[in-house]
Amino acid sequence: MPLFPDPFGTLLGLQNALDAFRRSEWLQSGPSASGSYPPLNVFRKGDDFTLVAELPGVASSDLDIQVKGRTVRLSGSKSVIYPEKASVHRRERLQGRFDRSITLPIEVDQENATAQFRDGILAITLPRAERDKPRSIRIG
Amino acid sequence: MSGSQEMAVREKQELARQEEQTVPGRHFLPAADIFETDDALTLLLEMPGVDRNNVDVQIENDVLRVEGKIDYTAYKDIEPVYTEYNIGHYTRSFTLSNKIDRDGITARVEDGVLALTLPKAKEILPRRIAVS
Repeated sequence: MPLFPDPFGTLLGLQNALDAFRRSEWLQSGPSASGSYPPLNVFRKGDDFTLVAELPGVASSDLDIQVKGRTVRLSGSKSVIYPEKASVHRRERLQGRFDRSITLPIEVDQENATAQFRDGILAITLPRAERDKPRSIRIG
Repeated sequence: MSGSQEMAVREKQELARQEEQTVPGRHFLPAADIFETDDALTLLLEMPGVDRNNVDVQIENDVLRVEGKIDYTAYKDIEPVYTEYNIGHYTRSFTLSNKIDRDGITARVEDGVLALTLPKAKEILPRRIAVS
């Protein structure tokens, strides 16, 4: 157990090393693989997957999440609005629209997929479809 | 204008510290916007994952220091399989001018964005003098 919580440090380091060797695209998610906004972290809990993205300042009404089969599409827009007559001294926050899809190694149970948006963090919980789950076969 | 352009990924900037830290964990620089209106200066800081109760704003020697702590416990029972960004606390400092009314500073957190309103001191606000 490390002294301080650094849940992705090792994995991120490994991925960067692999990237340097050969551009990695997780499960070849096509034209919108790594490098697209928003950056995603993918987690597994048992059979189910969770996608987490940081979307600070995005209104939940501006987010659109679609799930079909193995693919999740996350699109939306973010706007940064300054009041009229304000003079802007520093502008680091980005705005614009985004549209990204990611393919998972499991088939998603569309009916039971849920999403949570809190403090600018979006978490999409994707349960594995029942028919996609492996079955053990008893030896008769 | 907003929504017309495709957003690009900007990698999170890890904080290079002047002083040594004793609190464990990584620290990132939150992206900041600063704008000025007639009566106040507003700072907007992006700190996704920081709850309103975990924000600490301090003023010491003309330096405004903002710290946001994230909650790691949500990541405890799940296993990361693919990652594109790292997580950590947020820290950033700003030097204040003495023309800020320090007692009037207000803070608000919404959707992972901390908004700090720094009202300008009364004595520097423009005053209109009526001709009698």
